Amino acid sequence: MQSLSAEEIVIIKEIVAKHVGSPGSAIPILQEIQKELGYVSTAFLRQVAELTETPASDLYSIVTFYSQFRLEPLGKNYIQVCHGTACHLAGAERITDSLEHETKTKCGCTSENGEFTLEKVACVGCCSLAPVVNVNGETHGRLTPEKTAKVIENLRNKGNEGNGDVLR
Amino acid sequence: MYYVKVGLASCGIAAGSAAVYERFQQELTPDVTLQPTGCLGMCYCEPLVEVINSTGERYLYGNVTDKDVLRILSTHIRDGNPVTELLVDAPSTSDDDRVYFAKQSRFALQNCGVINPEDIESYFLVRGYEGLKKALLNMSSEQVIREVEQAGLRGRGGAGFPTHLKWTLTRKAAGEQKYIVCNADEGDPGAFMDRSILESDPHSVLEGMLLAGYAIGASKGYIYIRAEYPLAIKRLRTAINQARQHELLGAAVLGSNFAFDIEIREGAGAFVCGEETALLMSIEGKRGMPRFRPPYPAEKGLFGCPTSINNVETLANVPRIIDLGCEAFNRYGTEKSKGTKVFALAGKIKRGGLVEIPMGTTVNELVFSIGGGISTGKAFKAIQTGGPSGGCIPAQLGDTPVDYESLNKIGAIMGSGGLLVMDEDTCMVNLAQYFLTFAREESCGKCSFCRSGTEQMLRILNRITSGMGQLSDLDLLADLGEKIKIGSMCGLGQTVPNPVLTTLKYFRHEYVAHIQDKVCPAKQCKALIDYQVLAADCRSCGICKKSCPVGAIIGEKKQVYTIDSSKCIRCGLCVNSCKFHAIEVFSLPKEVAVCMEVQS
Repeated sequence: MQSLSAEEIVIIKEIVAKHVGSPGSAIPILQEIQKELGYVSTAFLRQVAELTETPASDLYSIVTFYSQFRLEPLGKNYIQVCHGTACHLAGAERITDSLEHETKTKCGCTSENGEFTLEKVACVGCCSLAPVVNVNGETHGRLTPEKTAKVIENLRNKGNEGNGDVLR
Repeated sequence: MYYVKVGLASCGIAAGSAAVYERFQQELTPDVTLQPTGCLGMCYCEPLVEVINSTGERYLYGNVTDKDVLRILSTHIRDGNPVTELLVDAPSTSDDDRVYFAKQSRFALQNCGVINPEDIESYFLVRGYEGLKKALLNMSSEQVIREVEQAGLRGRGGAGFPTHLKWTLTRKAAGEQKYIVCNADEGDPGAFMDRSILESDPHSVLEGMLLAGYAIGASKGYIYIRAEYPLAIKRLRTAINQARQHELLGAAVLGSNFAFDIEIREGAGAFVCGEETALLMSIEGKRGMPRFRPPYPAEKGLFGCPTSINNVETLANVPRIIDLGCEAFNRYGTEKSKGTKVFALAGKIKRGGLVEIPMGTTVNELVFSIGGGISTGKAFKAIQTGGPSGGCIPAQLGDTPVDYESLNKIGAIMGSGGLLVMDEDTCMVNLAQYFLTFAREESCGKCSFCRSGTEQMLRILNRITSGMGQLSDLDLLADLGEKIKIGSMCGLGQTVPNPVLTTLKYFRHEYVAHIQDKVCPAKQCKALIDYQVLAADCRSCGICKKSCPVGAIIGEKKQVYTIDSSKCIRCGLCVNSCKFHAIEVFSLPKEVAVCMEVQS
């Protein structure tokens, strides 16, 4: 099992301490941990369980129920393809195909080299710009497969910048 | 003296309005006051910039880029000549061109795109918190509820339950601690009304919650909002802090003995949490699984206490009803559906955006007068309201008035306000399949009919769209759909068969075409379409061959290219790449297709 670094333990302890005595705070605690550390591993869950005296299985049930939580870290570039109704009609499927092809990553997965994470979402609420893709928190609208390929090319050219802290 | 307002809601920013705003900041002269504002509603021509001159005349510019900023500043503001080619609305615009606004009645959206959402002073200028002052000084809780009753306000989340009844029940329920919860978990794909209100006018929602809290005797409110709306969350936090500083929230609201505070809870991505009991479970820190009602949340809600759960738009209406009186609201609408409704117009429509119409406006008026008709120039086929829970309304029922009763009568629902417009290129079977895919993924799994039923329905639909369906499948779909409705406990299961049932009702012939002829009339279902190069139009440039990701296009330069149907994955990239429109999509009955192949 993954062991936690001293820094991670401090962060988790601080977050949990902020919520002492506040009812129903399991979800906000896990959200803040994900925001700080990028994901919620089972090791993090065990640490929270110990600190809050909650069964780790309860926390695991929360993390697996809500789509926001990730048990694995994100790739360097985080790409969310909107599959809301308007985007669906405007060809979100083709945008996804094109993204999968360009990044060589299956939707819902992170590429082997850790460069891209591809995810489906519904919906980002920018329906009049459909089809829409969120790249590291920035919205790109009115996409075509060609424009999508360019977005990926630009990301590659940008090199190591990645999503940094923007999306966590 | 000029005012310049730039629309800085999420869709404006996505279209590039942040860069426009920055450019104005850099180039600002002392005679111009720059103000960020929220959603102006005309999403179809974002980024939007409004210039208001000293006499109060308004000039609205659309599709503004940062390069246009200097032109607006020099031509309009310095020389006094508006930049006509960018204008979308101006005092000189004829009434015919103003239909987008002329047919709307802005009540809930009144301040959206007018005030600065991050400045409480801006809200004060439009009578902000006057409703609250009036209630605390001159009205009892019962009087507040009576005003809302006389206004005829019904829940804008979709079901249309009378707001005053919900409040009365919660008020009368036994218990010291009561809660008001604002449901901002706008999960319907294709809906963005609540997001726009929260990003553009957050204080009106806070004031609505304060009034609701005063009416039911609650001292605490929660806003449950989707984490996918970071800007709305940020603006709400700012608004809450400002309200606390002005003693509009806290132990003594405006110095009275009414105590009220608001906490934000971010959703974590679960559509079912829009259902009220699931939402409460989520605030309590658990999996968002709905529970059986009764007891209703009004009796036993959040942490076991009486709770009223109201939608964002419902709450945004309340301050104005109290401030201006119920007549200001109920002068709009029909006998049973009072007031206005906000819709997010999207899909194949020319003027997509956020609109607010009086109840009773017909579908046709909404699509053609306000929305400007179909963007693709093709025939209007249907609209879909209410997202995955709603139903489709075919073009031939375009005279249906948009109100709770009329929509229910034809099998659709009002829904929360997502309104999707479809043209003849939309495959209704594919649409039903899309919504059901969504429903299956979002079912919480508690009721077996919803959990397994949606899966089985989806398998049938997948079969039909891949050309393997049988006619008996249609009866099976209808039967299963009805059973899921009866056999599910919460609003999700009870409504998710609707898209399938209404498309079956109004577009049965499309299902039959997929099954009997193996044809997708809209040419969307991948298994039933083929691509071919039109020899007469092909210029043999070879671009299509390059664009094909699977090497299915065969040929050399200076020859007509052909497509190997067995390799083709129907991605459509070649169609897009061909400048000469020489690649055609077709869906033909299998016998005809075979004949054609034999002939060639």
